[in-house]
Amino acid sequence: MTDKNQAMTDTHYNFAYLDEQTKRMIRRALLKGLAIPGYQVPFASREMPMPYGWGTGGVQVSAAVLTPEDRMKVIDQGADDTTNAVSIRKFFERTAGVDTTERTAEATVIQTRHRIPETELTEDQILVYQVPIPEPLRFLEPRETETRKMHALEEYGLMHVKLYEDIARHGNIATAYAYPVKVEGRYVMDPSPIPKFDNPKMEMAAIQLFGAGREQRIYAVPPYTRVVSLDFEDYPFEPSKADHACDLCGAQNSYLDEVIVDDAGGRMFVCSDTDFCTTRRDGGHVGRLGAPGTEDAA
Amino acid sequence: MASQILDGGFSDVPVQSARAFRAALSAMARPGRVYDISGAMPPAPLSPAAGSLLLTLADPGTPVFLAGAHDTPELRAWLIFHTGVPIAPREEAAFAVGTWTELLPLEPYRKGTPEYPDRSATLIVEVATLAASGARLTGPGIETARMLSLPELEPFRRNAALFPRGLDFYFTAGARLAALPRTTKVEAA
Repeated sequence: MTDKNQAMTDTHYNFAYLDEQTKRMIRRALLKGLAIPGYQVPFASREMPMPYGWGTGGVQVSAAVLTPEDRMKVIDQGADDTTNAVSIRKFFERTAGVDTTERTAEATVIQTRHRIPETELTEDQILVYQVPIPEPLRFLEPRETETRKMHALEEYGLMHVKLYEDIARHGNIATAYAYPVKVEGRYVMDPSPIPKFDNPKMEMAAIQLFGAGREQRIYAVPPYTRVVSLDFEDYPFEPSKADHACDLCGAQNSYLDEVIVDDAGGRMFVCSDTDFCTTRRDGGHVGRLGAPGTEDAA
Repeated sequence: MASQILDGGFSDVPVQSARAFRAALSAMARPGRVYDISGAMPPAPLSPAAGSLLLTLADPGTPVFLAGAHDTPELRAWLIFHTGVPIAPREEAAFAVGTWTELLPLEPYRKGTPEYPDRSATLIVEVATLAASGARLTGPGIETARMLSLPELEPFRRNAALFPRGLDFYFTAGARLAALPRTTKVEAA
């Protein structure tokens, strides 16, 4: 911990905000989550000093996982500089005194809302997802007693019917985000509302932890676990993205946000992962509308 | 004896338990890999690793079973003073600690239900050494295969066959630990 962070740390709070009893409860849930990949472990979610829907589940998981030696990164839809990401980063700077970074490669704990970083994660990293609705079957079956039974019996026919109806109605599987996955051949899991472009990245070297605060569920995927996006033989899963290159850094292979730039139909496509885009531009890559370096005003 | 009971806990609880938990989390996420875990200095025969694990995870909501030679008045008093756990028989335990032979048989421990497989016991097995040899482990958390010295193979095979129900194991030796969750497949190397 640096002196600077020590000075910024608010010592009126316990380390990482939560009390020790709460952290123990969350930690036990995390360990059972890792032991049963994809299974949703109930936990006694706490009120946090931010509203539900702003990442309270992810924040509680991060608080239970952080050590003083960690360097934390927080992203919201890939961006480090949005309100949600900035406020959560400041929260942990203040209550845990941890160093923070915007560089994916330098972070040890990354809390994310709805994206997986483009840069491949390593064994030394932990990815914490903020999850709004942890139950992939919830919109098909509203009763928790029933979905719990369906998971117990491995009865996932309803999900395949849903995907089939997508095909019957739209000609393809229209689900573009929160695309359901099967973990290690057993539990169907909601990967949180990440774009399906990110689904193949979930077989990674890092530890993936998921926290749903309002719904009081924690789940996890250990490194190198099989994560298969549900599909059909004749309609195989396809990760998709906008068919463009990034207008700032020229990347062909990153997930893009579409930005309307005027009222005459003008638009641009930019990397949703701001660190990935910045690193590429610092490295001299230039897109259609970009200028070299990070200081450009595209 | 009184001072032995009061001593040996974490001196800086939030920070030491955070570091100990990181070791426990990493071990459970990467079965068979050995991690350092320390902070607690419990009375014998409990190892510092097992002591640190219990101080990090156990509280009044988690009954603990002390197996065989681990069930001493000193250790009971130490655990209760530092964590407030109820001491319980095998059937009710959330955590059980002891040597492998003392912890057997595995049948009575809670293995969870089909709806709630997480409501299962975690066994902390005290071993003399942890070595990367003996059994070959595969499964989630392991890229190809990993080796770990295990006391036996068959009980872990039977446990894995219960998935998603089942027990999860930590092996502790001195200030080091490794984990074996129910997902790991074990075979003779």
